[in-house]
Amino acid sequence: MAYRDEKLSEEKVFKDPVHRYVHVREQVIWDLIGTSEFQRLRRVKQLGTSYLTFHGAEHSRFNHSLGVYEIVRRIIENFTDRPNWNQEERLLCLCAALLHDLGHGPFSHSFEKVFKLDHEDFTQAILLGDTEVNKVLSKVEKGFPKKVADVINKTYENKLVVSVISSQIDADRMDYLQRDAYFTGVSYGHFDMERILRVMRPMEDQVVVKESGMHAVEDYIMSRYQMYWQVYFHPVTRSAEVILTKILHRAKELYESGYNFELKPTHFFSFFAGEPTLKEYLALDEAVVLYYFQAWMEEEDEVLSDLCHRFVNRRLFKYIEFNPNAQMNEWMELYKLFTKAGLNPDYYLVVDSSSDLPYDFYRPGEEGERLPIHLLQPNGELKELSRLSDIVESISGKKRTDHKLYIPLDRLEEMSSRSKTKKRIMEILFDKE
Amino acid sequence: MLENHAKLMQFFSSTDEIVGRKKLQKMIYILKKCEIPFEERYQFHFYGPYSEELTLRVEEMCNLGFISETREEKKNYYQYRYQLTDSGRNFLNHYEMDLPPLDKHIEEMNGKSSRFLELVSTMLFFEHLPKEEITEKVFTVKSAQNYTTEDIEDGWEFIESLRTIH
Repeated sequence: MAYRDEKLSEEKVFKDPVHRYVHVREQVIWDLIGTSEFQRLRRVKQLGTSYLTFHGAEHSRFNHSLGVYEIVRRIIENFTDRPNWNQEERLLCLCAALLHDLGHGPFSHSFEKVFKLDHEDFTQAILLGDTEVNKVLSKVEKGFPKKVADVINKTYENKLVVSVISSQIDADRMDYLQRDAYFTGVSYGHFDMERILRVMRPMEDQVVVKESGMHAVEDYIMSRYQMYWQVYFHPVTRSAEVILTKILHRAKELYESGYNFELKPTHFFSFFAGEPTLKEYLALDEAVVLYYFQAWMEEEDEVLSDLCHRFVNRRLFKYIEFNPNAQMNEWMELYKLFTKAGLNPDYYLVVDSSSDLPYDFYRPGEEGERLPIHLLQPNGELKELSRLSDIVESISGKKRTDHKLYIPLDRLEEMSSRSKTKKRIMEILFDKE
Repeated sequence: MLENHAKLMQFFSSTDEIVGRKKLQKMIYILKKCEIPFEERYQFHFYGPYSEELTLRVEEMCNLGFISETREEKKNYYQYRYQLTDSGRNFLNHYEMDLPPLDKHIEEMNGKSSRFLELVSTMLFFEHLPKEEITEKVFTVKSAQNYTTEDIEDGWEFIESLRTIH
């Protein structure tokens, strides 16, 4: 029997708190799960620094990847024998679902920002490079790794396959919304996924939803909206993210200036230089990063040591609402005052904006930006979701952005009460002494 | 503060207006591919390279009053028009930008249709591949747009001309 058709003698199941069970029958899937690159995802948290706000949010990208695989498995079960669906694409879909986040590194978002990397590039590199994952995929057929890479990159010829894995209502989002809600413990993020899966239909180049399932989709869109503001963009999580980013900046700056680290950041050298090899990239997980942060608390450099203390011991920056347009002059004055107070404003006076943590709101996709969610009407016509749903229209048309100013309030409070600099800083920040 | 926003404002300050969100998305992507250091990250979507970061930053700049957005109803869709405001110009005065002049690039791109810029940005997305494969890729992922080999040749010429500006 060809490797691609090999089945396990008995179905394997993973107990899962969100989907109850994740079912595996294919030998290929089982082998992929066992690769070192996939196992590494156990050591990368799904929600980065959110665990400092929601203590339950310790789940990993490994959990999520299995969840996405399970949802796609169920979607395909429903698609079997329907028009437009080619069962030959099944294994490709399952592999792409399982491996879609393979390139995520530790605290991906901050790392990507500071070191100007893109986890998608590393996903491609793992799939196509000299890796255990590539060996398993290559056994399926020559060119199969490239097909999986194309699906994940959204450049595969069959757009229907792409839209199962990645669209505005896809398995990725359906898993992370429910999983993140479960592990953070919030009451948002719940929707009737079973209903959505039942009313999904394969069309020529996209997955659509029967109009009768509109209310379940509305619930899903509301979940996205609420999870964004309540969990993903929580101001305390952002504070931890700001500090993490600044630690990485500081370490890089010190390295470039020839600073003599007590603990040489060997795992970071290639990141500082801007071109980590795949091997170096895979060697850095969150356990390693946190080890360095722990060690850097003892560094002579006060900024690095202080920022690491803050991150490890959760002494986060405080925040105030900030309007960069109306408060431009205040910001310039604060910059000078912080310098005068001995607080390097490049590290201790930080404006963080909603676009610093991009999260994809549902957008109807005017002018062909992104493919919107289409509802399939009884007469066979397709209509964009917000044209039929008042609820979705009201939130997708609403523009909400946000800027906050992050500061180490504890350091300001430590300053002498007679300090004029402190007095003026407090006046500007809080309109008080 | 808001360095990436400031770079985008510099872009808007180099022209009277940008018409169309799709055009804006593709223009910034093409400029990035011409080594202009914009930091917005792009992914491939149904209509070619698209950046959620860019969409959000533009929304932020509109909400802050740095950029004005006008919506016009077209036959099957809405079209958006963007211009830098006086507040935006004032904000920009506080920055020392190290961006090269963009006006010629923008003038060239503004003269092209968004359909053509979609083609060019898609070609650039696959730039790491050999040229024949790029053509094949464009025909595969953009089959609905019915691009011709002449369009692709025009695309290469256009890319060449943009990269020799300065």
